[in-house]
Parts: sequence; C-alpha cells; structure tokens
Amino acid sequence: MNRQQIFDVAAVRGIIAERKGMAGAMLPILHGIQEKVGYIPADAVPMIAGELNLSRAEVHGVISFYHFFRQQPPGKHVVQVCRAEACQARGSEALAGQAQDLLGCAFHETSADGQFTLEPVYCLGQCACGPNIMIDDELHARVGADKLQRLVQAKREAT
Amino acid sequence: MSRDAITVYVPRDSTALALGADHVAAAIAAEAGRRGLKVDIVRNGSRGMFWLEPLVEVGTPVGRIGYGPVDAGDVPALFDAGLLGGGDHPLRQGEVDALPYLKNQERLTFARVGITDPLSLEDYLAHEGYAGLTRALAMEPEAIVQTVLDSGLRGRGGAAFPTGIKWKTVAGARAAQKYVVCNADEGDSGTFSDRMVMEDDPFMLIEGMTIAGIAVGATHGYIYVRSEYPHAIATLDEAIAIARRRGYLGDDIQGSGKRFHLEVRKGAGAYICGEETAMLESLEGKRGVVRAKPPLPALEGLFGKPTVINNLISLASVPIILARGAEFYKNYGVGRSAGTLPFQLAGNIKRGGLVEKAFGLTLRELLEDFGGGSESGRPIRAVQMGGPLGAYMPQQQFDTPLDYEAFAAIGAMIGHGGLVVFDDTVDMARQARYAMEFCAVESCGKCTPCRIGSTRGVEVIDKLIANQDRPQQVHLLRSLCDTMVNGSLCAMGGMTPFPVLSALNHFPEDFGTPNEKAA
Ligand SMILES: Cc1cc2nc3c(=O)[nH]c(=O)nc-3n(C[C@H](O)[C@H](O)[C@H](O)COP(=O)(O)O)c2cc1C
Ligand code: SF4
Ligand code: FES
Repeated sequence: MNRQQIFDVAAVRGIIAERKGMAGAMLPILHGIQEKVGYIPADAVPMIAGELNLSRAEVHGVISFYHFFRQQPPGKHVVQVCRAEACQARGSEALAGQAQDLLGCAFHETSADGQFTLEPVYCLGQCACGPNIMIDDELHARVGADKLQRLVQAKREAT
Repeated sequence: MSRDAITVYVPRDSTALALGADHVAAAIAAEAGRRGLKVDIVRNGSRGMFWLEPLVEVGTPVGRIGYGPVDAGDVPALFDAGLLGGGDHPLRQGEVDALPYLKNQERLTFARVGITDPLSLEDYLAHEGYAGLTRALAMEPEAIVQTVLDSGLRGRGGAAFPTGIKWKTVAGARAAQKYVVCNADEGDSGTFSDRMVMEDDPFMLIEGMTIAGIAVGATHGYIYVRSEYPHAIATLDEAIAIARRRGYLGDDIQGSGKRFHLEVRKGAGAYICGEETAMLESLEGKRGVVRAKPPLPALEGLFGKPTVINNLISLASVPIILARGAEFYKNYGVGRSAGTLPFQLAGNIKRGGLVEKAFGLTLRELLEDFGGGSESGRPIRAVQMGGPLGAYMPQQQFDTPLDYEAFAAIGAMIGHGGLVVFDDTVDMARQARYAMEFCAVESCGKCTPCRIGSTRGVEVIDKLIANQDRPQQVHLLRSLCDTMVNGSLCAMGGMTPFPVLSALNHFPEDFGTPNEKAA
C-alpha cells in the first residue's frame, strides 16, 4: 500500500510526550499510538526516535520485531483466528480455511472492501473451548463455520 | 443490597464471556425485572469447569446451586423452573462445591477462584486474602525468604528452579534499586491458569508480588502481560488502583512504612518474550532478544539492577505459603515436587478446565477421571504436555506420575502444567512440522541453530511427508535436532526438538517410517 498516510499528528505527539518519561517507554508509546491510530505510521518513527534519543533504525527494529504492531492501517475489523495446538486439536485449521473463504482474503491481508483484516494468533488462553477467535477486542469460543458466518455477518450489517 | 435479594453469580472470566456470559447476565436482570423479583448479580470468576460455562450459580440456604451451560435463551425457562430457589431444570448441576470435578481437587492457590468477585477487596479479605502479607509484615525479610525456601516451591513457569533460592540471591545483592517482575506472558498453548488468576483473583498476585518485594528489598514491580489478554490487563489495572487506594500498595503499606509500587506492561505478540531475559529486554524498550547468562537477572536484571523474575503462579502461590506456613504447603506433593500445580486440560477433551492437585497423580487420572476422555469420543492418541516445547506423549506414558523428575526421566516436561489432548485423527508428522514452523516464526534470531535450523527442519519434514528419500531425511532431522539441542542459547531452539523427536519416535507410522525404531 502506498497511499498517503493521514493520522492525527498532534495526538501522536501527545502520546509520546506523556509516556517518554516512563522507564522503558518504547512499548507503552507504541501501544498508545496503535490504540489511537490503529497502526504505527511510518511518520511516527522519526518522532519517537527524536524524543527517545534513538536512531530511526532502532525504533523500526522494535516495531518490526513484534507481531502485534502494524505498519499499515488494518481493515475496519480485525479477525484473529487461533492456530495454536489446543485449537488445532479442536478443528481450527478447518476454521482457518473457512475464514479465508468467507472474508475473501488470506492471513495477514485485508479484504478488498476494507472491512476485515485476517490475522493468525497463537493462543488466546481459552484452550479448553476452541476453536477460538477474537474480533476486535471480543472473544468467541467454540466457533464453527456457522457461528463464524453469523459473527462476520453481524459486523458487516453493523457498518 | 436489600436483604431479600437473591444472589446470582454469572462469571466474568473471559472464557465465560466468549461463551456469552454477558448476555446471560443481562437476560437474568431483565427477566427478574419483568417478574418483579429482586436479584443481586455478582460477576464472579470461573470455577474452571469450562464445559459448563457460562455456569450460573444461585445462593440458597443449602449452598450454591449451579446451572450450566446457560444460554441467554434459556433464562425464561430457568425462571419458570424456580431458578432463584434452586429449582429443578435439565441444566441444573446441583451444589457446585459437591461436583466431583471440584471436590476432588486440592485448591490452595485457586481456593477463591470462581467463588469471589475478583474486584471486591472485601470478598478477598473475607476469604483469607492478605493474611499472608499481614504475616510477612511482622517478619524479618530473611525469614520470609526462608519460609518460601522451606515450602519447596519451585518455579511454575517451566524450569522448576527453587523460588526461595532465586529470592535469596536477589535479597543478598546490594543495590539502590531492585525489581520484581511477574512473567505473565503465558504464551504456551493449552495454558490459561495465569490468565485466570489475573481475571478471577488479581489481588492474590498483587499480594504475592508485594511479599516478594518486601522479602528481597524491591520497591517496584512490573507485570508483563501478553497483548492477547485484554480482559486480564483491564482487570489487573483496576485491582491495582483499588489496592493502592486502600493502602495495600504505595509508600506505606498498611502503616508498615514499607513501600511497593506495581505497574502492568503489555507485551506485543512475541512468544520469545516469555523467556525471562528477552522479557527484560522488552521491558527496557528493546527487541525481545535473549541475553546470554551470566550475569543472572537476580544480580543484573531489569535496567541492570537485581531482579526477581518469576512466573505468575509462582508468585500467586506465595500468599498461602505465608498465611499457612511452609510445612502446610510442603505436605502436598511428592519427592522434590512440593505443593500443588494448577493443571490445565485443553484441546480435544470432554471436560476441559482447571484442576489444581498436589503433584504425584498420573496423567491418566487427569485425562480420564477429570477430563472424561476426548470430546470427540474417539480414543486419545497423544498428549502434548508443557506447551509448544513439550514432548508428545503416547498412551503408554499416561501412567507417569506428575512429578518433575519422573517427567524429565522420560524426556517429557510438566512445564506450566498445561496438557493438550489429541484424538486418533491427529497427524503427528504435521504436528512435528508445526513445532518447527513455530520455532522459525518465533525465534529471536540470536543464534544460528535455532534461527536457521528450524527453517531447515520444516523443509526436511516436508520432504519426509512427501516421501523423498525417507531414511536419509530421518537421519538429517535427527542430526538437525541434535545441533539445535546442543547449540542453542535458550530453550526455544534447545527444546523444539522435544515435540519433533517425540512425534517421530512414538508415532513413526505418521512419518511413513514404521520400521524406524525409537532412538
Ligand atoms: C521460549 C521460552 C518461553 C517462555 N515462556 C514463558 C512464559 O510464557 N511464562 C513463564 O512464566 N515462563 C516462561 N518461560 C520461562 C522463563 O524464562 C523463566 O524461566 C520463568 O519465568 C522463571 O520463573 P519461575 O522460576 O517462577 O518459573 C519461557 C522460556 C522460554 C525459553
Ligand atoms: S535459541 Fe532461538 S530464541 Fe533462543 S536465543 Fe537462540 S535464536 Fe533466540
Ligand atoms: S490454543 Fe487456541 S486459545 Fe489456546
């Protein structure tokens, strides 16, 4: 994606200013930005680097190390499907296939209509009741094809 | 709270929420309103019987009566059946404390979990909460450390290192600042006991960390929680604010003049940050790359200062040890595996959930007596114990007693106490491939055997599956695993061979090599 990234620069500056005094401020700053903007815009990197007295490469290195941080805006909703062992034992690989068909995109991608980003996750801590998914911050357990369809439909209709 | 209101409990644990508990609570409130009945809805934690969640409990003169699993749509019929008086209904489970799954446990650390409102400090205090801290505040720090040492408590995060020895090292270090770090990264599939403590009894963790701080002379603590646990983070944040307001955290804990501050830090989706030194790097704001040891974190840990870094369950076990004494705790368990462990039954199992028992029972007892066999009804074929780095165990090993040494002797691991059950439809070659792939994705990249070896491992297993030169590939895979075991800096690369080789050794037919004998 090469489109112009527009984000609230003042808000990002505010987050950095508010958290830079924390011990080990980097992750709290990145979390703050991602919560606010939905991802870490490339233009935020030099801002963070300047305030924390680090090189841009160091900041970028941290962002790219962690799976949770995104460098591109996600779709309107983020669907995470657990693909770890306990969910595998309860059929999550089939669900992973169904999710790709239903959303029309592969893992780590966003659907063409910009509605959904599909991501794998390795354990949501609900391992007795898989397969489990998280949509935005909502957890759903024992998710089969029908339930997935209903949940996705509800999100589509809500928008 | 009016005296004639009946108390109804609807869990707020995230598994219950994922199964619709909020809708059930709302439906109960609405239905009671419609009928002009007074209910007092308490959002308790989960009892850990997840096949019954959402488990609704009603307080009656003969104890708490449970109904589950309840769907919001069941609520009118439950009221018709006399829910508030403990009336009969197909979902009625009877008195919850008397259910065999619970009654046959030895809940020390999880004694309050599922019973109390996690964010009610009154509830906590009424159920032995802060009894441990009260005792600790009356002791010399050395005596606290000695109590933990005498209890036989070993780290519950995997390596099973004695907690008291770790604390003693930090207590003996001289520094202007020391830290306590709680490892709440819980990245292992099949584990959820840390999550349950954070969501269902957070004051217990706060109390345990406060005691640790006083014992070693640390005034600041961090709880590193994985980003996959938003509910746990929110509950902890609230509980910390309450504890601070009520003088259980801060500059003068309960008028003792002792100081302890606590902060939650959110991880960012990297499995390796569960490794203690990678966690310290992450807390310092860097990439989660493993540090070489020495220096030990106990001497040079967070920001270069002496640091206690313990698994969440290790820290959460401390309050009861202080409250009831080292002997009390040590009297549970076998040999050098003292106390209890919250085992977590996950995967393809009928009654998945949390079972806290003293060490020494067998895997089969957990799988059959508690778990009730597989959920699919098919034979259980393999169990992965101790997370993604743990071995796959076949039927023949299910009678192994749960004891750190007995497991180590067969090349398996108790680890965090999580077990993941697979029925006979599992393809063990695919599970072995997954283990290598997981290592390739999650490796911190510092050492070659792990970083490159895991990628090569995936390729070799692919060739095995595709039946290209099988004997040659098996030979290659074994030698690759050997290099990873011997050449890796941490257990990520060093233990990934455990699931891989155990799958190959115990289930050779899935690799198309039935004649290959276990090495
Ligand atoms: C790859 C890797 C991941 C780990 N993940 C965790 C984890 O999620 N939680 C945990 O408590 N320990 C984890 N550990 C173990 C920690 O490094 C460390 O031994 C533990 O937190 C020490 O606490 P304890 O002595 O109380 O067990 C992991 C180790 C490795 C090598
Ligand atoms: S074994 Fe893997 S995860 Fe551990 S230090 Fe080496 S590269 Fe990093
Ligand atoms: S393995 Fe899917 S929630 Fe744990």
